[in-house]
Amino acid sequence: MDAMAILSIFVLSVFVGFEVVSKVSSTLHTPLMSGANAIHGVILVGAIIVADHSETNLELGLSLAAIVLATINMVGGFVVTDRMLEMFKGQKK
Amino acid sequence: MSRTLYDLIGLAAGIAFILALKGLSHPKTARKGNLIGAFGAGLATVVVFFYASPSVSGKAESSLPLNNLGWILGAIAVGLIIGVPAARRVQMTQMPQLVALFNGVGGGAAALVAIVEYLNLGLEATTAQVVFTVFTVIVGCVSFSGSIITFMKLQELMTTRPVIFPAGRFVIAATLLSVIGVGGWVVSALGTTPLLILAALSLLFGVLFVLPVGGADVPIVISLLNAFTGLTVAASGYVLDSVLLIIAGTLVGASGTILTRLMADAMGRSLFGTLFGAFTAKQQDSSGVADDRPVRSGSPDDVAILLNYARRVVIVPGFGLAVAQAQHTVRELADLMISKGIDVAYGIHPVAGRMPGHMNVLLAEANVPYDQLVEMDEVNPTFGQTDVAIVIGANDVVNPAAKTTPGCPIYGMPILEVSNAANIIFLKRSMRPGFAGIENELLYDPKTMLLFGDAKSSLTKVVSALKAL
Repeated sequence: MDAMAILSIFVLSVFVGFEVVSKVSSTLHTPLMSGANAIHGVILVGAIIVADHSETNLELGLSLAAIVLATINMVGGFVVTDRMLEMFKGQKK
Repeated sequence: MSRTLYDLIGLAAGIAFILALKGLSHPKTARKGNLIGAFGAGLATVVVFFYASPSVSGKAESSLPLNNLGWILGAIAVGLIIGVPAARRVQMTQMPQLVALFNGVGGGAAALVAIVEYLNLGLEATTAQVVFTVFTVIVGCVSFSGSIITFMKLQELMTTRPVIFPAGRFVIAATLLSVIGVGGWVVSALGTTPLLILAALSLLFGVLFVLPVGGADVPIVISLLNAFTGLTVAASGYVLDSVLLIIAGTLVGASGTILTRLMADAMGRSLFGTLFGAFTAKQQDSSGVADDRPVRSGSPDDVAILLNYARRVVIVPGFGLAVAQAQHTVRELADLMISKGIDVAYGIHPVAGRMPGHMNVLLAEANVPYDQLVEMDEVNPTFGQTDVAIVIGANDVVNPAAKTTPGCPIYGMPILEVSNAANIIFLKRSMRPGFAGIENELLYDPKTMLLFGDAKSSLTKVVSALKAL
């Protein structure tokens, strides 16, 4: 992909990222941080791609380690965020 | 699957992440937002198995099924077996350190991905690819080791006080310079050895960067490292030619930066001061006040009598309440007081607990009605009309040193002004200072009564004493 397209995507994503969380009550800071944390677990996709392309045992070993770590980040992150938010829901019947 | 379809599904996942962050910013939609995010991430992960992404180096052949498929699925299974039980079983009190740990492993994963791609590209890497790889390795490793240190601080595996060693700032500055220098070396010379040296130095820098941060600032650092990890994911997206990773990583990087600033504001901390504390930190004078001054300690009966004749009581819960698992008992006490016609509110400091909003989560777990939780700005003006403020396992968030002692680690943090209440009751395990490690003058105030012991058993005794009156 050409550099200009990538730069555009990057800059626009920065603005969207700023915009969506600009006004959030402190009550939700912790779940929001935890949810954003889970989203960057999508590096799992990158880890799977490099594991697919691995040619040596070293590359494969490192990419498998990356897959394990990224899975923990992604799945654990979403599960723990859901647990936090579940409690908020319970009280506002 | 065609490249177009693959990219379209990637775009859908990117939109899901935007909706997730948007949803997470509002109480009503937060849970749905998180599920949308999980859906997007799951979708992106499944799709990658159905598209033979061309190897950037052109060396590996790209065909379906993916090479090393069994290994990949096995590694995902291992990650699930570790991650899911950890997330399900963690006590809500220990949740901040789990988030720190999850963030750290994410940063580590990004750094590993960059290293593998670099090994794979070898000498064919373009300068831009190498620059992004260097960035990812540096920031990913800093995020990894820094998060491990924050985990250890929060888990109290090490001291929660700022760790400052002689000439520390020079060591840190020198490490940072060598990280940048070696980064330049990798870009100009290429080669595996420089990259591994870069990774090792970056890990070291992450440790040095977080060590001088005081306990109270740890949440800000977690949030910042979270944003860092986001940026590394975006940079890997560039190297791997994945629009999805660029969008997701940039979103987290940008929203994480804003969130870090919001948190710093809520705590009255300067972001700059927190980040560069390492360079400006001075040896704290820990002598300060004499610790042998008398304090007034009372019995559960004394507390019950005081409460029985109060018209308005504000409960200030802190992390100690959660550690003692006393959320349910404190609710019992509040219900009992309300049945006696006493006006009861919980004064919630934005960073009560270990992270902003943590206390709301902990009290929600005990089904405390939402309308009794009053935020700091609303509750502070009412302390003048409050007969009794009960501080349960909290310390730093009511410590007047934040207003009166320039240079102490929490100086400038807005506090709950319990000193304006007619009576103050502290439920504490001991005279040990709070997480930030600062002596609290309020404990020696003549209108303060201390009730020593485990918060839960103390509260239980107060409840039965109050029932008997």
